[in-house]
Amino acid sequence: MTGWMRHAEAALAVLVAILWISPLVFAVWAAFHTPTDAINFNLTAPWTLENVRTAWGGAPWLRYFLNTFLLVTLVLVGQFFFCTLAGYAFAQIDLPFKDTLFLLVLLQLFILPEVLIVENYDVAARLGLLDTVLGIGAPYMASAFGIFLMRQTFKSVPKELDEAARIEGCGTLGVLWRVYVPAARPTYLAYALVSISTHWNNFLWPLIVTNSDTTRPLTVGLSIFAAPENGVNISAISAATTLVVAPLLILFLVFQRHFVQAFLRAGIK
Amino acid sequence: MTDSTRQLQQMARRRQAVHGWLLLSPALIMLSTFAFYPSVATVWTSLWSRGTRRNPSEFVGLENYQRLLDDPTFREVAWNNLLYAGVTIPVSIVLALVMALWANAKIPARGFVRTAYFTPTMLPMIAAANIWLFFYTPGFGVLDTIGGLFGAPSVNWLGQPETALWAICAVTIWKEAGFFMVFYLAALQTIPEDLREAAQIEGASRWTYLRRIVLPLLMPTTLFVLVNALINSVKLIDHLFILTKGGPSDSSKLILYYIWESAFAFFDAPSAAAMTVLVLIVLGVGAAVQFRMLDRRTHYR
Repeated sequence: MTGWMRHAEAALAVLVAILWISPLVFAVWAAFHTPTDAINFNLTAPWTLENVRTAWGGAPWLRYFLNTFLLVTLVLVGQFFFCTLAGYAFAQIDLPFKDTLFLLVLLQLFILPEVLIVENYDVAARLGLLDTVLGIGAPYMASAFGIFLMRQTFKSVPKELDEAARIEGCGTLGVLWRVYVPAARPTYLAYALVSISTHWNNFLWPLIVTNSDTTRPLTVGLSIFAAPENGVNISAISAATTLVVAPLLILFLVFQRHFVQAFLRAGIK
Repeated sequence: MTDSTRQLQQMARRRQAVHGWLLLSPALIMLSTFAFYPSVATVWTSLWSRGTRRNPSEFVGLENYQRLLDDPTFREVAWNNLLYAGVTIPVSIVLALVMALWANAKIPARGFVRTAYFTPTMLPMIAAANIWLFFYTPGFGVLDTIGGLFGAPSVNWLGQPETALWAICAVTIWKEAGFFMVFYLAALQTIPEDLREAAQIEGASRWTYLRRIVLPLLMPTTLFVLVNALINSVKLIDHLFILTKGGPSDSSKLILYYIWESAFAFFDAPSAAAMTVLVLIVLGVGAAVQFRMLDRRTHYR
C-alpha cells in the first residue's frame, strides 16, 4: 500500500473518532452555555453555570446519587456472595447432577431480568420489595454469568494449594476464603468494574420497581427531570446529563486500561 | 479394603455433597425466585384471560397468542423490532470491526481514537438519549442547524413515522459499536505478526490478507459479538422513553417497550406474558448457539 493511502486512512480514523465523541463533547459544552448560544453554535459565547444551577435545583440529585451508590454496592456485594459460593461448588465439589444443574443455571443468560419484568414485578410485590433498593438489585444478584466466571477462575487454581490448605486443617469454607478468593482477585476486580458500570446505567427495571424519590436511581431521576412535561430547556437537560455521567466517565478515563481489560475478561453483563 | 475404611470414604463423600448443596443453595434460591419461577409463571399467565371485576380470569389456552397475531399493533411492533435488529446488528458489527482495525493500526493519536470509540459505551442509555435529543429536535436541533448551512429543509427526525425508527437505530449503533470493538481489538492482538509478514512476502495485498487470514481468525469473536448484539436488539430500548415513546403512531415501538406498556400502562398482563414467551423462545434459539460457543471458549483456557 502506498504511503499516501496510509495517511488518508489514518486521517479517516481520526475523523470518525472526532465524529463519534462529538455528541458527548457538545452536550458537555452546551451544559455550560445559555440555550440560545448552544443552539446557535456560538463558540465564542461566555461560559455560564446557570444551567447547572437550574438542573441542581430541579431534582433531589444528592438523593439519587446516594440511591445509585447504594444500589451498585448492594448488587456487587450480592453478586460476589452468591457467585463465589456457587462458582466454588460447581468448580471443585463432586455432586450428583452437577452438570445438569450448571446447564440450568446457564439458561439464565437468556432469561434476562429485563424480559421478565411483568412476573418479576409480581414476585417483588409479594416479597414486599417494591420501591426498595433491594428490590431493584435482587434479580441481578445470582447472575449466571458471574457463576460461570467464578467457576472458570476457580477451576484454574492449582489443586496443590487446595490440598496444602486442607492439610493445614482448613475446612471447605476455609479453603475457599484462604486460597480461592485471593487467587481470583483479578477476576473480582474485572467483574466489579463491569457490574458497577452496568448497574449505574440500568434503567427499565429500576423505573418499574421504584415510585418515590427515596429509592430512585440517577437514570430514573434523569428521565423524569428531562421529561417534556417538565418543560426544562435543553441546556438544563444537558447540564443534568453531564452531572449524571460525570462520575463514571471520569473514573473510566482515569482507569481506562483497567476498564477495557475488565470488559474483555467479563464481557457479558 | 476393610468395611470401616469404606464407611469412612462414604461419610466423606456424603459430607462433601452436603457442603456442595449448602454452597449452591443461596444462588439456586435466588435464581428460582427471579428467573425460573417467573419464567414458568409467565407461560402460565399467558394461558389465562385478563380478569376484570365482573369476569374473573379463566383458562383460555392459546387465545392470547391468537389475539396477539391478530393485533395490528403487535404485528407492527414485531416488524419494527426485526428491522431494528436487521439494521443495528450488522452495522454495529461492521463498524466495530473497522474501528478495531484502525485502533490496532500504527496511526497517530491512537490512544485518543480508542477512547473516542469506546466512551459512548460507558454512558447510560438515558443520557445518550438526552444528548441525541439535542441533535434531533426540529427547528433548533444540531442536525437541523448543520442541514440549514447547506440549505436543507428542517426535518422532524423523531416526529415522523418514516424517520423515527432510524433515529432510534442511530443511537443504538453509537452506543454499542465501541463495545464490540473491544472484543475485536483483543482478538486482533492475538494474531501473530509473522502471518502478516508471510502474506506480504507472498505478495498478498492488504485486502487479501484481511479477507483470507484475519476475518477467518476472528470468526469466534464475531459469533460471540453476534449473540450479544442479538440480545441487545431485544434489551436496548431505554432511549425510546426519552426520544419517541414508541411513536409517532407506533412507528418506532419495540417489543420490550410494548411489553412494558401492555403490563404497566394498559394493565393487560396476559398479553404482555404472551409476548414475553415469544421473546424467550427467540432468545432460546440464541441460547443454543451461545452454549456451543461458551463450550469452545472453555477449551481455549
